[in-house]
Amino acid sequence: MRIYYSLTTILLLFFITVFSTLALASAPRVVSLGGPLTEIIYALNAEQHLVAVDQSSVYPAAANQLPKVGYYRQFSLEGVLASKADIVLATDQAGPPQALAQLRKMGIKVIVLPGQANLSALSQRIRGVAAALNLPQQGEQMVKQISQDVKALQPATSTSTSTSTSTALMLMSRSGEPEGAGKNTSADAMMQLAGLRNVLAQQQGYKPLSREGMAALRPDVIITTTSTLSSMGGMAALLARPGLAQSPAAKNKRVIVMDDLLLLGFGPRLPEALRQLMSAAK
Amino acid sequence: MCCRLLIPNWLAGLLATGVLLILLVFTASHGAVQIPLSAIPDLLLMNAPLLSDEQQFWRDVLLEIRLPRVLFAALAGGVLALAGATMQALFRNPLAEPGLIGISSGASLGAVSAIVLGGGSFAILAPAAFLGSILATALAYHLGRRYAGMAGLLLAGIAINAICGSLMGLFTYLADDNQLRSLTFWNMGSLAGATWQRLALLGPFLLLISIWIMRYWRAMNALLLGEREALHLGFAIKGLRRKLIVLVALLIGPLVAATGGIGFVGLVVPHCARMLLGADHRRLLPASFLLGAIALVLADYIARIAVVPAELPIGVVTSLIGGPFFLWLLLSRKS
Repeated sequence: MRIYYSLTTILLLFFITVFSTLALASAPRVVSLGGPLTEIIYALNAEQHLVAVDQSSVYPAAANQLPKVGYYRQFSLEGVLASKADIVLATDQAGPPQALAQLRKMGIKVIVLPGQANLSALSQRIRGVAAALNLPQQGEQMVKQISQDVKALQPATSTSTSTSTSTALMLMSRSGEPEGAGKNTSADAMMQLAGLRNVLAQQQGYKPLSREGMAALRPDVIITTTSTLSSMGGMAALLARPGLAQSPAAKNKRVIVMDDLLLLGFGPRLPEALRQLMSAAK
Repeated sequence: MCCRLLIPNWLAGLLATGVLLILLVFTASHGAVQIPLSAIPDLLLMNAPLLSDEQQFWRDVLLEIRLPRVLFAALAGGVLALAGATMQALFRNPLAEPGLIGISSGASLGAVSAIVLGGGSFAILAPAAFLGSILATALAYHLGRRYAGMAGLLLAGIAINAICGSLMGLFTYLADDNQLRSLTFWNMGSLAGATWQRLALLGPFLLLISIWIMRYWRAMNALLLGEREALHLGFAIKGLRRKLIVLVALLIGPLVAATGGIGFVGLVVPHCARMLLGADHRRLLPASFLLGAIALVLADYIARIAVVPAELPIGVVTSLIGGPFFLWLLLSRKS
């Protein structure tokens, strides 16, 4: 029994290898250093080119099956070389810079794409990835589709609620103590696109919030992520939290919980994320 | 001291150098890219045009990536351990290390401020870290001088460390998400940026300073007896103290700037050397250098190999292995 089993496995593996080598014969071998870029590669249906990814590439789940060459900020130079890549797609935060320079020296095409959380950077990312994979039309079409979808979502908010915009507080927590999202965060960018006013617009980045500071903000809506909610001890604990409990959002139970990567990833799923956020904030 | 090695100096030195060389060759021949051992002589000896594409690739990996990194690890390990041994002699305390007088925290503060205020490219980061370490050390030295003996320097160092730590906290608070991640990785240390250029830039300088420090072995031996005793033996303690501190700062400042924080080597390795060879600085200092080189080459090897094709931060490996190893040494000595 066991022999048959292993024989079939070997046979299967053999076919898979033969098939994939045939399919990849002329295709570029790509390493992606950055979750957002990996997501774009999958969205372009070009994942067969991917030979390795970095540790931040966790969506879609299939990306976890690929070899991981370390976190994009400190990827392993030899790990990338061992994957025999032709092209390395990297976000502008990837490094160390000497390692990228050495990849170039070894004749590997390194393409660095902007990592910011806004629509134009997303378009640049998609176009860059698509160009590297020889799929410029598909990339162009995806960019068009996304900007159309986002535009279609927007008038609904800006006309109907321009005077009475809801205020929102985005909470993020890694260790139990919540931090609020200020300017220059992808959370802030999402709020702007969704027509919500960030109560922490005066602040730069994520900062810890005191209970009193939280109470003073009085947001209409609280936005948070699934991992934050679990690290804060669930919805009941969040609503009962001193400082939050008194806010209009908690009183009316208007807490929006979304998947971390969907809400903050600024990837090809942006329209979907925006749709979810806006329908929940209505 | 039951387990001290009773072998002549030259033999010990030869032995350690031999081990280091073998280790360098061994670790340089392993990595994420599989290069068959049998192919290595060909790669090194044959002319470039005669090699196949695959061999060409192996050769580049071996010569351009692994070799500078392995050599840099040896250099960094040796320098860290030597600096540690020197500080322990200077403070007459086995718990002393370069961090004590603000060298490391000054470098960290420089690096952090470069990351948060200056964008954090290596061109700004390294000089800022170097400057930070030198400034913090100079400050600690000058403030500590008003107090008699090493106690003043120690106290000033503690205060400087506290101030650097709090300023770092402030910068961390101001940092955005990306900068925070850069900070975290800088503090964990890395040898990934090792290139021939950097080795050529730092290597001769650090080796020169190292030899310079080793020449003070007599004075360090005299310090073992006590500061007063050393003074009576004819060593100008004040001048000596200043010289050694400047030399240690010149060793550690540029190194930390290039690698980030690599903990534990400077503290543990001189200890091991002392347990093996005794406290005579004539052999302790070179032994610390060699053992430090061996330790960091090994640690870097583990960092490169453990999670292939990814890589562990080197600082994590040195502490993770160095800590338990040190405990084991302490416990096994007693029984």
